Amino acid sequence: MNDLLELASDFPLLSRTVRGGKPLVYLDTGATSQKPESVLNAERTFNQTHNAAVHRGAHQIAEEATEAFEAARSAVAEFVGVSFGEIVWTKNATEALNLVAHGFLNATLERGGSEASRFRLTSGDEIVVTELEHHANLVPWQELAAKTGAKLRWIPVTEDGRLDLEQLDVITERTRVVAFTHASNVTGAITDVPRIVERAREVGAFTVLDACQSAAHLPVDLHELGVDFAAFSGHKMLGPTGVGALYGRQELLEALPPFLTGGSMVEVVTMEETTFMPPPQRFEAGTQMVAQTVGLHAAVDYLSAVGMRQLSAHEDHLARLMLEGVAGVPGVRVLGPTSAEDRLAVVAFDVPGVHPHDVGQILDDQGIAVRVGHHCAQPAHRAFGVHASTRASAGVYTTPAEIEAFIDGLHRVVKFFA
Amino acid sequence: MQQLYQQVILDHSKSRSGEGELSSPHGESFQVNPTCGDECTVQVAVEDNRLSHFAWSGRGCSISQASLSLMYEMVDGEPLDRAEHLGETFRELIHNRGQELNPEKMEQLEDLSAFTGVGRYSARVKCALLGWMALRDALVQAQRTTSGPGQAPETQA
Repeated sequence: MNDLLELASDFPLLSRTVRGGKPLVYLDTGATSQKPESVLNAERTFNQTHNAAVHRGAHQIAEEATEAFEAARSAVAEFVGVSFGEIVWTKNATEALNLVAHGFLNATLERGGSEASRFRLTSGDEIVVTELEHHANLVPWQELAAKTGAKLRWIPVTEDGRLDLEQLDVITERTRVVAFTHASNVTGAITDVPRIVERAREVGAFTVLDACQSAAHLPVDLHELGVDFAAFSGHKMLGPTGVGALYGRQELLEALPPFLTGGSMVEVVTMEETTFMPPPQRFEAGTQMVAQTVGLHAAVDYLSAVGMRQLSAHEDHLARLMLEGVAGVPGVRVLGPTSAEDRLAVVAFDVPGVHPHDVGQILDDQGIAVRVGHHCAQPAHRAFGVHASTRASAGVYTTPAEIEAFIDGLHRVVKFFA
Repeated sequence: MQQLYQQVILDHSKSRSGEGELSSPHGESFQVNPTCGDECTVQVAVEDNRLSHFAWSGRGCSISQASLSLMYEMVDGEPLDRAEHLGETFRELIHNRGQELNPEKMEQLEDLSAFTGVGRYSARVKCALLGWMALRDALVQAQRTTSGPGQAPETQA
């Protein structure tokens, strides 16, 4: 297979051993990815030579830091196919999604002037989410609905773990926001984004995309997808923790009221009131996570050098191996599509009669790191009639030999608890 | 792995004792482990400073289920101070990073000593203690509510 990449040696952590000398098989990339040496070096170099607070100070290193910070914004914008000013730094995707939801809330409270009135919600309005959402793209909308009187509705999940697009009629003339995932962190299913965007546009609703799982695994062009807002996290795409980004269509960011307020995002402050900077600075209150943005810059450079199409083909191959392997373990049920089409190499499964915590423990004993629990998606699990599952998720550095070790390990789990 | 999954734990996780519901408990506690969504409800009735009736229900991993099942066998019908003391000793064991306690304490713990290895895995500490947290909470409630006369609750398995 010439689809395959061999990149594990770029990732220092992957060479360590666990549980008494066993080689690490890291299959928890869906939770957080490991970082290549270039990302670690970029952060270290920044801290050793350019560290300063950005957008203030008249000294040379402040200028260097600001340049590095804005160069990172530019690189990330290009990576997801949007313009420089449409990327807002946040600490993670959760904060980015809360930023949008609070923008709507603040507009409803009549902050942001007349241009923000397009975001005001009333009790006749509806917000549509999906049953497959990570809690980060569900709870902020539940809260927004509760605070504004808008009604929360959702697109259900099919038996094979995809969004049921036959039920798109939950998006109606009353719908103001449609918030949905690009790829499920449980089922791995990739959403037909253009179809949802088309329906949302028909009724004039804003679209908010959770691109956390997709950004590091697929070529993502947010302008081409046509969504209004999108969120992703650095640490899931080979970058550092503590940095994420919000994409917002330029004219929408210009009209959206701020979420966090304080230093760095203001123009004129008097004791009575304050005027705010234009975006993206309007949404970047307080001292920023500069070194982390520089790390994320190195991460998207790394991903671009590999090539997202090549990476996606590599992971497609791994998804096939995982699905074939899991299908061969007696009794195990995959929560999600069982074929690799339109699917990430994220495979959650149920071992009947064995709790995921116990599955994870036996795998861990063999050096295999997987996620157990509800993966911050309780409603998705409820839809499958389980409370928790075990999830193996691959990344750019995962090898077929590691998938083989995981499948062998899973056979051992079943034997142990038989 | 055999050190963690002792036979007594595997046996109790499959064939569990004390699952059920009391019709009118004096104390009841629901506990949840937010990391994995495991949960349990423990119900108690007390009479003459004894834990006269005990029942539990819940779902979870083998460690949490075996812990609840063994807890039932160890505390049902026992004097309250003994049940509380046993809980304290068990908590001490689970927080002892996989090392045994002194021989006297290990003897008091009887079959619960099978959980010694759990302490080695910090992610599993909560699994072993979930039921015992519920018991402690339910007993506090029961002691509050039983200042007056109560009816003897019955177990419905």
